[in-house]
Amino acid sequence: MSVVLEADGLGISFGGVKAVDGVSFRAEAGRILAIIGPNGAGKTTLFNMVSGVYLPKAGAVRLGGEDVTGMEPQVLAARGLSRSFQNLQIFFRMTAAENVMVGRHRHEARGVLAHLLSLPSVARQNRATRAKALELLDVVGLRAQADIPAGSLPYGALKRLEIARALATEPKVLLLDEPAAGCNPVETEELDRVIQQIAQSGVAVVLVEHDMKLVMKISSRILVLDHGRPLTEGTPAEVRAHPDVIRAYLGGHGAREAAGV
Amino acid sequence: MTSHSPDIAAPPAAGLLARLASGKLAVLLVLALLVAVPPLFFPSGFYYRVGAIVWILAIATIGLNLLMGFAGQVSLGHAGFLGIGAYAVALLPSRYGIHGIAAMVIGAALSAFIAWVAGRPILRLRGHYLAVATLGFGILIAMVLTNEQWLTGGPDGMRVPRLVLFDWPVRGSDTWYWIGGGAMLIAAWLALNLVDSPTGRALRAIHDSEVAARVIGVDVARYKLAAFVISAVYASVAGSLLAFFDGHITPDAAGFLRSVELVTMVVIGGMGSVVGSVIGTLVIVVLPQTLTFLSDYKHIMVGAFIMLFMIFLRAGIVPSLAALVRRRG
Ligand SMILES: Nc1ncnc2c1ncn2[C@@H]1O[C@H](COP(=O)(O)OP(=O)(O)O)[C@@H](O)[C@H]1O
Ligand SMILES: [Mg+2]
Repeated sequence: MSVVLEADGLGISFGGVKAVDGVSFRAEAGRILAIIGPNGAGKTTLFNMVSGVYLPKAGAVRLGGEDVTGMEPQVLAARGLSRSFQNLQIFFRMTAAENVMVGRHRHEARGVLAHLLSLPSVARQNRATRAKALELLDVVGLRAQADIPAGSLPYGALKRLEIARALATEPKVLLLDEPAAGCNPVETEELDRVIQQIAQSGVAVVLVEHDMKLVMKISSRILVLDHGRPLTEGTPAEVRAHPDVIRAYLGGHGAREAAGV
Repeated sequence: MTSHSPDIAAPPAAGLLARLASGKLAVLLVLALLVAVPPLFFPSGFYYRVGAIVWILAIATIGLNLLMGFAGQVSLGHAGFLGIGAYAVALLPSRYGIHGIAAMVIGAALSAFIAWVAGRPILRLRGHYLAVATLGFGILIAMVLTNEQWLTGGPDGMRVPRLVLFDWPVRGSDTWYWIGGGAMLIAAWLALNLVDSPTGRALRAIHDSEVAARVIGVDVARYKLAAFVISAVYASVAGSLLAFFDGHITPDAAGFLRSVELVTMVVIGGMGSVVGSVIGTLVIVVLPQTLTFLSDYKHIMVGAFIMLFMIFLRAGIVPSLAALVRRRG
């Protein structure tokens, strides 16, 4: 399998505190790499560095073998990297279909003058873009909600809408930040199927998720972070049996319970 | 991912076309009626005069709404472009013998260029900082127009040569009423086209989440700049038409108060609503005229009305009323 995305020794600090420190991983086409760890472990920050939202202080990101460290998110998107957000970043005033249509942006002709004049080619392109968007809404089970303003959709639906929107860019790498958060068991089951389907189509999926059942079931490898540092990496079976992982999680719970009393 | 048969999408796509067409056409029809019907009831030429001003200024408002209501970026200096358009049609024909229409086009091109150059650094700013930077930009243009007496006639302003089309001198409030109305309809049509295009979707996306727009490939800086340049051209054309119509211009055309007035028109009418921009302009231009009987208290009442509108129709007149109708219906 080919490595599509490679993070090498990434690090960043906020106010002198190292949020992520020396984290490396490789994502392969058609595989699901999960990144787990307690809240505040630095998973989202890692995604922000990889997707160009934050500039890493240390380390490098390689996409398709090329160094892309410090490139802007829209440049990375053009090179085939897209993502979803843990804290929803939805275009709330647009319909579900329009949200996904924006995801087609990089595949559309972008001449502003043609858009102002609404040339026949623009209308044709709009139809093709919408058809593609509806197809993707169907994939995530939101076809029936296509023309509803995104602002009035429930949380779980918006999580899936973000996935459809990211897919619309036709990424080679897809970063999913806690897609199952706020989903009911039925929706999680649905998501399980969708994520596997995405990977099967050849996309390298990097999945941050707290739902351990889902993670253990669909990931081919798991990277465990703790306090911004890598704790271990391996197959689901290896990670499950790793004493540090058990300790980190149990320790985390123990500490939280102690603080709660 | 690719295994989906196209038959799922085909019928809704055809439905979309019908809906898009009906939506855009419906809006244009409403605006066309708004222009065409009132003259049947005009008791005097004065009404044509007010109407012409409304339609011409509405062009600038629609343009500013593309920037504010769609892209979500404020400008407190857009009267500067109004001024550039106005002075272009005053100066170029009288000094260089350039035809009025060509002067209008040159003014629009100059506005576009200035917006493009000034917009790059300014649009990196956000919120209040952007507001203050655009404010400074508008004041700068107004000051140039005031201080360069040798060119612009200074604070007293200058005469604007009459527009001549095919040997026909364009004169009369009623003529300008129809020209302004037609130009406004074209401006609205272009804006509506833009809203339902990749550019329009990118602008609306930026308004809601810049970071999400970026990670799916939207060059946010490019589209903010595009909206700024387009809105500058709209304002410039409105400024040119207003100058032709008035026959005389002063630097006030580019002044801070004009900029604030434009922003008020956008907000009162409804951010992101093309019809709203026209209604907002109508209200802000007509309201003072209907309150002249209050003489000295007129301006106080206009201010009070604006406050009441914002308190009770916060989303703007058109979107708020539309929501109300939908809830009742
Ligand atoms: N923009 C930021 N400014 C300051 N601190 C940040 C910022 N982003 C993340 N952090 C900090 O980095 C740490 C890791 O956070 P995060 O990546 O969100 O963790 P996770 O996603 O694993 O729950 C936290 O301590 C968080 O407060
Ligand atoms: Mg997180």
